[in-house]
Amino acid sequence: MDTSLSWIKAYVPDLDCTAKEYTDAMTLSGTKVEGYKEFDKNLEKIIVGKISKIEKHPDADKLVVCQVQIDEEGTEVQIVTGAPNVKEGDKVPVVLDGGHVASSHKDGESENGFKIKKGKLRGVESFGMMCSIEELGSNTDMYPDAAKDGLYILSDNPEYKDAKIGSDAIELLGLHDVTFEYEVTSNRVDCFGVLGIAREAAATFGKEFKPPVVKETGNSEDVNDYISVEVKDSALCSRYTARVVKNIKLAPSPEWMQRRLASVGIRPINNIVDITNYVMEEYAQPMHAYDLDRIEDKKIVVRRAENGEKFVTLDGQERTLDDTMLMICDGKKAVGLAGIMGGENSMITDDVQTMLFEAATFDGTNIRLSGKKLGMRTDAQAKFEKGLDPNTAMEAMNRACELIEELGAGEVVGGAVDYYPVKKESFTIAYDPDKINALLGTDIPEEEMIGYFEKIDLPVDREKREVLIPTWRQDLERMADLAEEVARFYGYDKIPMTLPESSATMGGLSEKLNLENEVRDIVEAYGFCEGMTYSFESPKVYEKLNLKEDDALRKSIVISNPLGEDYSVMRTSALGGMLTSLATNYNRRNKDVRLYELANVYLPKALPLTELPDERVQLTLGMYGVGDFYEMKGVLESILDILSLRGTVEYDPNAGKTFLHPGRQANVIYEGKVIAYLGEVHPAVLKNFEIGERSYIAVVDLMELISMDKQAVKYEGIAKFPSVTRDISLMMKKEILAGDIEKAIRKKGGALLESYELFDVYEGAQLEEGYKSLAYKIVFRAKDRTLKEEEISAVMEKIFAALEELGATLRK
Amino acid sequence: MVRNMNEKLSNILEEAMSQINASDKLDRLNDIRVSFLGKKGELTSVLKSMKDVAPEDRPKVGQMVNEARKQIEEKLEEKKKVFEEKLLEEKIKTETIDVTLPGKKRMLGHRHPNTITLKEVEDIFIGMGYEVVEGPEVEYDYYNFEALNIPANHPAKDEQDTFYITKDILLRSQTSSVQVHEMEKGKLPIRMIAPGRVFRSDEVDATHSPTFHQIEGLVIDKNITFADLKGTLQEFAIRLFGEGTKVKFRPHHFQFTEPSAEMDVSCFKCGGKGCRFCKGSGWVEILGCGMVHPHVLEMSGIDPEEYTGFAFGVGLERIALFKYEIDDMRLLYENDTRFLKQF
Repeated sequence: MDTSLSWIKAYVPDLDCTAKEYTDAMTLSGTKVEGYKEFDKNLEKIIVGKISKIEKHPDADKLVVCQVQIDEEGTEVQIVTGAPNVKEGDKVPVVLDGGHVASSHKDGESENGFKIKKGKLRGVESFGMMCSIEELGSNTDMYPDAAKDGLYILSDNPEYKDAKIGSDAIELLGLHDVTFEYEVTSNRVDCFGVLGIAREAAATFGKEFKPPVVKETGNSEDVNDYISVEVKDSALCSRYTARVVKNIKLAPSPEWMQRRLASVGIRPINNIVDITNYVMEEYAQPMHAYDLDRIEDKKIVVRRAENGEKFVTLDGQERTLDDTMLMICDGKKAVGLAGIMGGENSMITDDVQTMLFEAATFDGTNIRLSGKKLGMRTDAQAKFEKGLDPNTAMEAMNRACELIEELGAGEVVGGAVDYYPVKKESFTIAYDPDKINALLGTDIPEEEMIGYFEKIDLPVDREKREVLIPTWRQDLERMADLAEEVARFYGYDKIPMTLPESSATMGGLSEKLNLENEVRDIVEAYGFCEGMTYSFESPKVYEKLNLKEDDALRKSIVISNPLGEDYSVMRTSALGGMLTSLATNYNRRNKDVRLYELANVYLPKALPLTELPDERVQLTLGMYGVGDFYEMKGVLESILDILSLRGTVEYDPNAGKTFLHPGRQANVIYEGKVIAYLGEVHPAVLKNFEIGERSYIAVVDLMELISMDKQAVKYEGIAKFPSVTRDISLMMKKEILAGDIEKAIRKKGGALLESYELFDVYEGAQLEEGYKSLAYKIVFRAKDRTLKEEEISAVMEKIFAALEELGATLRK
Repeated sequence: MVRNMNEKLSNILEEAMSQINASDKLDRLNDIRVSFLGKKGELTSVLKSMKDVAPEDRPKVGQMVNEARKQIEEKLEEKKKVFEEKLLEEKIKTETIDVTLPGKKRMLGHRHPNTITLKEVEDIFIGMGYEVVEGPEVEYDYYNFEALNIPANHPAKDEQDTFYITKDILLRSQTSSVQVHEMEKGKLPIRMIAPGRVFRSDEVDATHSPTFHQIEGLVIDKNITFADLKGTLQEFAIRLFGEGTKVKFRPHHFQFTEPSAEMDVSCFKCGGKGCRFCKGSGWVEILGCGMVHPHVLEMSGIDPEEYTGFAFGVGLERIALFKYEIDDMRLLYENDTRFLKQF
């Protein structure tokens, strides 16, 4: 939403402020000004001058030397120009030596404008410049009487013909003006019109608000002889007003109207079109004009379109409609797409004689959805979408007819057709100054509050302590809304700053968030950097990950309106994101990359979703470069250790992950439950992601870790009695797992076993083909005594027996 | 006899002293010890010859021998110390290293700038007694919109460009949904912040991402005022951006708060003078906030006549980008380690 300052001043004549002051004050009272453009920002020393004499330039064919009168006393200066449209006796804008213009013929517009200094053009002195409208920072849309190419000949315009020589040309052209751009919030429908903003401006600056007082219009004829209106869907069209104008005289609208429209970015066309646009901007009520001679059967019918109905809008486009869309029709055919755009078949053309004005109230949601479906976005539609006040429709209609008469654009037929079955009524809200003060934390007297209500045209019944809410303030529903009105005119900045003094509460992180932080600390100590990837995935990632057709990871939630296929499903694992990130780093030649993500995955309970999915946070680790499978395994072991998960952990090589190397993967089983998996990425998958180095990943389900019983840590005392260590070297077939050997050591070692440690793995020449050797250091200790040789031997015998059963023999 | 012994001992002592004084290295001291005090040493031989001494003189002679031994030992010890100190000094001299050579670094990981920023925010609010809670990212329409006073077909729904899964289930477009979950628990008072991921249908560019993070705040108690909202958020801004940070509250509109506001903070780059970063205004918009709308309280079963509250929502990336002067949001989701290792 834009307005110029001069347009606001048309309704708040006493307003006197700079653009900056206006911006700050309006923003603080709730009408946010996003920015402004000062038309005279770079215009200095520009006066009305008169060309008294033109001579040829001695050395340049395209230049002429002019004597220009610059004051009433007859002072003349010499100015050399190349403009094609100079003639003696013309009045033109002249920038004097040392002045400023906004743009230059050669370089276009500039942020800081251009300084004009006296100088020589091809050897002839020149003491200023005569200006085009562009050099004054404007354009021919705003000043249609200005030459498209050449100087702005002021004297060609009857309004400027008698301008005083030497007077301020900027003042004359009304360029001491500013256009403000507002961010109007969706609740303030009234502020999508200039009048609504002017009312706010008047209240903000404490000035009088003078909206237009609309005069009665119309001749002695009856509109009902010209047109009848039938609305078939009152839910989508709560009001439809129509008036008729005959004997239309199409002409350009006056300067002031053209300029106001242009200042908010609307191109002036002719008086009729300009009036509809002007009233739309003024009242935030879109209007439409139909050529009445092209309306058949003297009848307007408002109905829904038929499915598949075709309609050509006035931009010449054929649109295909459906039965949710509202149409304006005559007795035989559709003539307009309600609230969005009129039809080509009824639009105003140069030979229009009689026309029908429409100001209606259409359902905002319906207009929004129709526009969306048709891919259309018009100014009218944007206003209707907010949900307009039906009581404004007739006001706007009458204002438009008043302008028709005022501009002499035609003869308004008496009376109006008004379909308005259920009138929207204003209502009251009770206010209680104590409650408002209690909510705001202020101590504002009641009279002051009443003053705020009244200055934005909300009448107050002091007796009943009620505020009457006009229908154009549909955003006001209850006392909290009134509190906001009080707060914004009292000043948000004047409300004190306090801290809540009520009940004490315990702050802190949840167990889950604490766990996440602990895990971050551990993996970062191993050199993993935290990454973040999108929760969306491409369904193509399943192929890249080599997933089987029935893999559970393929059961993902599908977004119905995704940004594109690559973002169309919700991830069931963060592997795609992780491998993509590794690939990005690999591609950029980053060495030794280690990444982790604490990623939510979304596992549907059923598809399509009938209830919310299971959202689980998973730690996903990925790395390439330095480190191998066992490095990754060490990270997982550290996590369990630091989190005091001291139960039995087993690594099952039969994890069944198709995206991992079949011989280098394992499920991590803690106390019988799978809590994680790890492995080397399958070479085929690496290729799919274009990663050229062996990579390793691990995925830990943190939700499983939370549910695990953690062993309470209790101090055990530093051992007083010595330990006894036995080193053993075992030989066995390669397939036998170290995990099974260790299980046997644990089981048979019993209470005396303190610890064991694998210190050597050997495969090679000294062993039989297909065999390997594992060497363990086994430590025994008793808490209460020094162990005797016989005790240890007995335990070792049991361990050897168990190991032999597994197929491991002692290497001598 | 005694005199004879005395003379002999003096000679031995003198000889020992001169040998010790003349010794040039540590090993030699040991030889001297053996030759005088060892089993076959000279002093030992004197002791052995005690049998030739008259019994009445023996204590006296014994004492003299011990005296001599003590003196030799002390002298040896003294000399040994000198040698050791010298040796240590020489050793130290050879061990000088170049302390300006680089240290041996362990490859440590780095935390994501979002996480670091979030921790700062969390710490501030935890210090003020706020609990940090979470809510689902895939959410019912009811929690994301309806319970926040945004009914079906409300234009505010369109403004947020929400991703839908089904008619009733969506990807939350705001963490405000967590407010409703907390209120529905029925435990009052509430002081919470809810950080989390939100989703909006924005094409990826330097300032937009279809996924980003918000931190929602909610306080509900008796007698909570707009002044409390202002005070709390001012405290937050000062702690996050530093002493001297100023805040400005502007009226705004949100469906679920009334009155509503946006909070600007004085530009932390130029201190409020106006720069390219704050577009010359001296202020940077940082969050939206307001008093919880009475209808929102009612819908969650809280009596607005008895309880009031305030809520606010901050964009985490917005703060992180400002704080670290990151000019492209895409860097946050690319995971280039050259980027991540800077934090």
